[in-house]
Amino acid sequence: MSENQSQMTKQEHAGFPWKQVIGLFISLALTVLALWIAVGLSLPVHVTLTIIVGLAIFQAFIQLFMFMHVTEGTEPVHQIIGIIFGIYVAFAVVAGTLWILAYTI
Amino acid sequence: MTDSVLRLHERDKSSLPIEYSKEEGDLRIVGFWIFLAAELVLFGTLFGTYLVLQSHTAGGPTAKDLFEIGPVMAETIVLLVSSFTCGLSTIELRRHNTKGLIAWLIVTILLGLVFVGLEANEFYTYAVHEGATLSRSAFLSGFFVLLGTHGCHVSLGIVWIIGILLQLAKRGITPVTARKAFMVGLYWHFLDVVWIFIFTAVYLTGWVI
Repeated sequence: MSENQSQMTKQEHAGFPWKQVIGLFISLALTVLALWIAVGLSLPVHVTLTIIVGLAIFQAFIQLFMFMHVTEGTEPVHQIIGIIFGIYVAFAVVAGTLWILAYTI
Repeated sequence: MTDSVLRLHERDKSSLPIEYSKEEGDLRIVGFWIFLAAELVLFGTLFGTYLVLQSHTAGGPTAKDLFEIGPVMAETIVLLVSSFTCGLSTIELRRHNTKGLIAWLIVTILLGLVFVGLEANEFYTYAVHEGATLSRSAFLSGFFVLLGTHGCHVSLGIVWIIGILLQLAKRGITPVTARKAFMVGLYWHFLDVVWIFIFTAVYLTGWVI
């Protein structure tokens, strides 16, 4: 485990930053794809919304893993638990608000 | 038992990047992740508010009337690329290349300034040419508060990176400046994540609905 990690750190030190470049291109592709689905296609509204929100979540995870190195550190489990809890509360706030207010007049 | 666990820690640390090399730096980075989790919740409340108020335009301009594809895509691409250059700065940090780190951070703040300029221009166009001010409708209040909060964060990020640049120029890469440069990078990527959701929930949704 420890050897594996040091190997990975060394690889990251040398050579072309492939991880970053791939992350950038996937992000740009997802952005343009989401724009095309929303503006170019005329799918039913709820289908479009589901797809673009899915693409946004996917893109956020790319940032988290490819750029933010969320799995690094002495004990990355601490920050991962913190972030998962943050995502959970933020999701509960947004989804809960929309859900409750969908039933008002 | 406890002793051996502690020693395992020490050994693991030597294989980690420089910003984790001191116990304090390590703890502060974890603490910063917790701060980002709290920021996530802050933006969550603003997104919830905006999405509920989106349809309450009070006879004023709607999302479809206001949002234009060109400027929005320009802002999105500029911020995405700045997140990329910020990622490159972290790579230079790990190579202990002070000049490369400073150069990529400067590129990042320049792109950040372009983004803030584009956003200020967008707000100005809405408020002055279209009469869509903060107080015009609930939709616009939600819009300006959500995007304004994000824009303030980006502006603060620019000031923060300039502060880190001064320290790097003076002291070079030490465990302390490395930790600070890494943390400001995390902050910058986080702002890009928030923008991805603004792009989707505000602009794309505005064009669809």
